[in-house]
Amino acid sequence: MAPESTLEAVALRVGYGQNPILPELSVTIPPGSFTVIVGPNACGKSTLLKSLARILPVESGRVLLDGADIKALRTKELARRVGLLPQSSVAPEAITVIDLVSRGRHPHQGVFRQWSAEDEAKVARALEDTGLTDLASATVDRLSGGQRQRVWIAMVLAQDTPIVLLDEPTTFLDLAHQIEVLELCARLHRDGRTLVAVLHDLNQAARYATHLIALHEGQIVAEGAPAVVLTEDTVERVFGVRARIIPDPETGTPLIVPRAHGAVAASAGTGTITGTSVPEPEHI
Amino acid sequence: MNTPTLRASGERVVRVRGLSLRIHRRSFWVGLACLIVALGAAGYSLTIGDLPLSLGDVWAALTGHADPGTTRIVLDWRLPRVLMALFGGIALAMSGAVFQTLTGNPLGSPDIIGFNTGAYTGALLSMLVIGGGSTGTTVGALIGGTATGALVYLLALRHGLHGYRLIVIGIGVSAMLGAINSYLMITVKLEAAITAQVWGAGSLNTIRWIDLTPTILITLICLPPLLALWRQAGMLGLGVETASGRGVNVKLLRVALLVLGVVLTAAVTAVAGPIAFVALVAPQIALRLCRGPGIPLLPTAFLGAALLVISDLVARTLLAPVQLPVGVVTVVLGGGYLVWMLISRLRKA
Repeated sequence: MAPESTLEAVALRVGYGQNPILPELSVTIPPGSFTVIVGPNACGKSTLLKSLARILPVESGRVLLDGADIKALRTKELARRVGLLPQSSVAPEAITVIDLVSRGRHPHQGVFRQWSAEDEAKVARALEDTGLTDLASATVDRLSGGQRQRVWIAMVLAQDTPIVLLDEPTTFLDLAHQIEVLELCARLHRDGRTLVAVLHDLNQAARYATHLIALHEGQIVAEGAPAVVLTEDTVERVFGVRARIIPDPETGTPLIVPRAHGAVAASAGTGTITGTSVPEPEHI
Repeated sequence: MNTPTLRASGERVVRVRGLSLRIHRRSFWVGLACLIVALGAAGYSLTIGDLPLSLGDVWAALTGHADPGTTRIVLDWRLPRVLMALFGGIALAMSGAVFQTLTGNPLGSPDIIGFNTGAYTGALLSMLVIGGGSTGTTVGALIGGTATGALVYLLALRHGLHGYRLIVIGIGVSAMLGAINSYLMITVKLEAAITAQVWGAGSLNTIRWIDLTPTILITLICLPPLLALWRQAGMLGLGVETASGRGVNVKLLRVALLVLGVVLTAAVTAVAGPIAFVALVAPQIALRLCRGPGIPLLPTAFLGAALLVISDLVARTLLAPVQLPVGVVTVVLGGGYLVWMLISRLRKA
């Protein structure tokens, strides 16, 4: 894997007209961190993630990868350095696990260089890391939701980028599979990747993130270590929910407990706190 | 080198001096079988006609050892038609593969972007304005088809090209052009109307060498870039964002595919008229035979060739000595396919 690299956004404006999704956002993803972006629905989480990977066009401002504007990079070059797993992935009918995972190698391949020794090694490793080696020849549509999500993550792993962006990797999964995926993410982070994920569950975010970004109406309300960011005040401002913050009895990280009847009327619009898995609407 | 992982997806890696190609084993054999069937049917097709010939006679004529009469029958009369069926089938099928991959829809075909209806409009207009003639018809069809394709593309382009949008707009534009075509048909002279009708059915009956050469050239020119792009095209099946995140320049890829798809259809339609359904059917049959995750390009191409050669064989022999336009046969074939697909979908649901 390439050495750690830095991803930052400078005065990013995304979306058209009077009410852009991100009016002017600047952020630096700390190299080597497991950064989690949280915020209510439609706050611009996915938009930020997609802009960082150049999936969405930026109206003004820049995204810098190791100091250089990603606009100038070739699509393949960018995909060798930043791997994005969007929410909208679809597995073609009858595709096998190995075939799907091997497509993560696309940015490293060429018309006449379709399978190198490195491709073989990285794909084998990605299958092993996600516990999919025995399912390699299975077709993806036969797998459970949790297994399927592991296949997509394996694809991004095979891509072998120093920075990995995951858009709501736990959405639509039951609790056991959510934890399984988050543990997998934590392991990848420990192995030296910079991870950026959008998560809905604040307590999970607090437990796994090393760096937390709280987003509200396209602006960063707070960022830093979860214990610093997750104050009663911030949670109320961002999510519109009055909550108590207590130490997680398992890990000591902040645990958000909404107060009884704690919703603050008309504060954060549509946002609700923990446990909801409603995907954000597509912005484009 | 060992490639145990790829074996699990039924693929082999072929290596030549640092270069490597992934080959889906089943697709390879299906493609080879289709090629053999296509060439076999083409060979047989050369032997039949008013003067039946043996395969030996045909071979002698092809290699330049036959008497002048046989040589003339085979090389000047029968071969152009058979070659047109072979290359036309390849071009149409590949074009269908392109549009179905581009739209992610099994009903995607050059017809959906209004190409064929537009080509018909162009041909009718040229008959009306410059009074027909095969060159005029060809050029008119070419301009009409390409202009319609471009119009549909531009209309669908707003808010980013979306497969479903392309189909809906294509159907709308086709319907409008269909009305214009009907109007033109009652405006042109009776003779021209009859010629137009025959052209509109899609026929290989009158193909000469001079008509054929551009089709062969265009098919051969389009093949290498299409083969080179096909792996990337398969990535579109994962969704646009996922493909982009894997380093696919989706915008560029879509434009390139669209251009190649339109050019390939145009190469056939301009010469032989709109031959329906080959583009629709061949990719889906190849997909089912090869059992891979995406439409296989070469098996589709060879299957298209086999389909068109056999359809033309049927068109020539079914009511002999009357020769049907090949389009009539492919429509029957395609209609049957559509019914079968609808039934199998209903059963699944």
